[in-house]
Amino acid sequence: MNDAVVWLTIFVLSVFVGIEVIAKVSSTLHTPLMSGANAIHGIILLGAILVTGTTENTLALVVGLVAIVLAAVNMVGGFVVTDRMLQMFVRRKRPAKVEPGATEGGVR
Amino acid sequence: MTAVPVWAQLVYLACAVGFILALKGLSGPRTARTGNLVGAAAAVIACVVPFFYVDLDHVVLILVAIAVGTVGGVVGARRVQMTQMPQMVALFNGVGGGAAALVALLELHEILEQPGGVDVVGWFVLVATAFTIFVGSVSFAGSVITFAKLQELMSSAPLVFPGLAIVFGASLVAGVGLATQLALSPAMWVGIVLALVGLLFGALLVLPVGGADVPIVISLLNAFTGLTVAAGGYVLDNVVLLVAGTLVGASGTFLTLLMARAMGRSVSNILFGALKGGSTLGAGVASDRPVRSAGPEDVAIMLAYADRVIIVPGYGLAVAQAQHTLRELVDVLGERGAQVDYAIHPVAGRMPGHMNVLLAEAQVPYEQLKEMDDINGDFKDADVVLVVGANDVVNPAAKTTPGAPIYGMPILNADEAKQVVFMKRSMRPGFAGIENELLFEDNTTLLFGDAKDSMGKLLNAVKAL
Repeated sequence: MNDAVVWLTIFVLSVFVGIEVIAKVSSTLHTPLMSGANAIHGIILLGAILVTGTTENTLALVVGLVAIVLAAVNMVGGFVVTDRMLQMFVRRKRPAKVEPGATEGGVR
Repeated sequence: MTAVPVWAQLVYLACAVGFILALKGLSGPRTARTGNLVGAAAAVIACVVPFFYVDLDHVVLILVAIAVGTVGGVVGARRVQMTQMPQMVALFNGVGGGAAALVALLELHEILEQPGGVDVVGWFVLVATAFTIFVGSVSFAGSVITFAKLQELMSSAPLVFPGLAIVFGASLVAGVGLATQLALSPAMWVGIVLALVGLLFGALLVLPVGGADVPIVISLLNAFTGLTVAAGGYVLDNVVLLVAGTLVGASGTFLTLLMARAMGRSVSNILFGALKGGSTLGAGVASDRPVRSAGPEDVAIMLAYADRVIIVPGYGLAVAQAQHTLRELVDVLGERGAQVDYAIHPVAGRMPGHMNVLLAEAQVPYEQLKEMDDINGDFKDADVVLVVGANDVVNPAAKTTPGAPIYGMPILNADEAKQVVFMKRSMRPGFAGIENELLFEDNTTLLFGDAKDSMGKLLNAVKAL
């Protein structure tokens, strides 16, 4: 099979999987799902590491390092923030307990 | 680039499966948190792999950069208020898109430098490179503007200037032209100009979108970044990027359509409505028409002797951090024998599902949170509907005024209740920037003031009865 066709096959199948796995999501979870998907594309960090680690040009190195920082913010921040949101859903069964850190200073 | 050894390919495959399981998990309430952790684990593993098979230079610098980004991400994610979640997601999405565009520019540089030059790679790789540069830049600029709108660094009203449609069209044409140029005779300057045009296009795409529709745009840009990463994966010959990016692109697009349906809007209407000159109602000025206002004691009496109360919470509640006091009030009313529920509009807050997160944070029991379709039939039996910091989601203009920015959006039927009480800070209109006729009805009472302050007074007044 032609190389490009292999890639195309993977792409098309992934499209269907991507739609199928989230097809039944309830509107309650739209926000965390969006945030989680957002974190997953932070995997561009892997790409940034590959190009930065193989370059010999100084300017390219600098640009690559910037890309790594941005991608790491996307990936790590995305997963942490999603987890924070989802914690709220899990904790709801327990008796009332006010968490100071989560409620202070919210008024802008 | 080094050929990928079989073991690494297998690890990549496992990571790709991890991402599928992550999305699957995230779409169910019980599995969501595990799903997210699976996704995080897969991402970390995938990023560690290249250190073991590629002869990487600058490893120390790379690790420092990762550490800087990680600290930035964790601090941002920990510090952000739950109310500011939408703009945080927008920002994370933007930096991801920006990173993808930079990676593609570097890869273009690499392709041009390598022995044999451009002929080694096919034109298809160059097209994918151009796509990544352009769409990544669009995503970056679009997300930054979105962030600025939600953070209120700039006006959230649709921003349209004469000739915007022409500049918008021209930048798209320029983008396609430059991408073609890049595929036919690649050069570094073409890539850089393409990125700049992408930034312009991204900004112009988001500027005309009104505040209430911004969440849909975040979701769409999220899907864009996913596709960007997928194309980047093809360029870099890396299958895990391709799969992860495509998954996000596909599910993100689908999620965007789901959200738009929940708001009764079409995506093209959201993006291009203002360009067509549709939503001009968003004046955003306070009205001086007469309304009926009351003090906390009066409202307390209404609530205390009601049998059926429905609470309509909105973003204003969360901004004032009044959700804990509200929960106390509901508890007290419940003890007095009233049946009290929260009616959650799908887009209450600023993103679909946002209000559920905010109320869950305030320990509101899950059973009291009723989705719109389940509770809309109950409003006609409700003695009092208490609207706290919400406006657009109960605005009858969505049903009655064709041409209103929110026309066609399903709303909560608060107008059918016997009494409606609005807790509002001022007469300023809601996020969509239009006036709410319900405020001027005879059976509507307004309780002005900061939601937390009024809610506290209301609670004390009810307790005193």
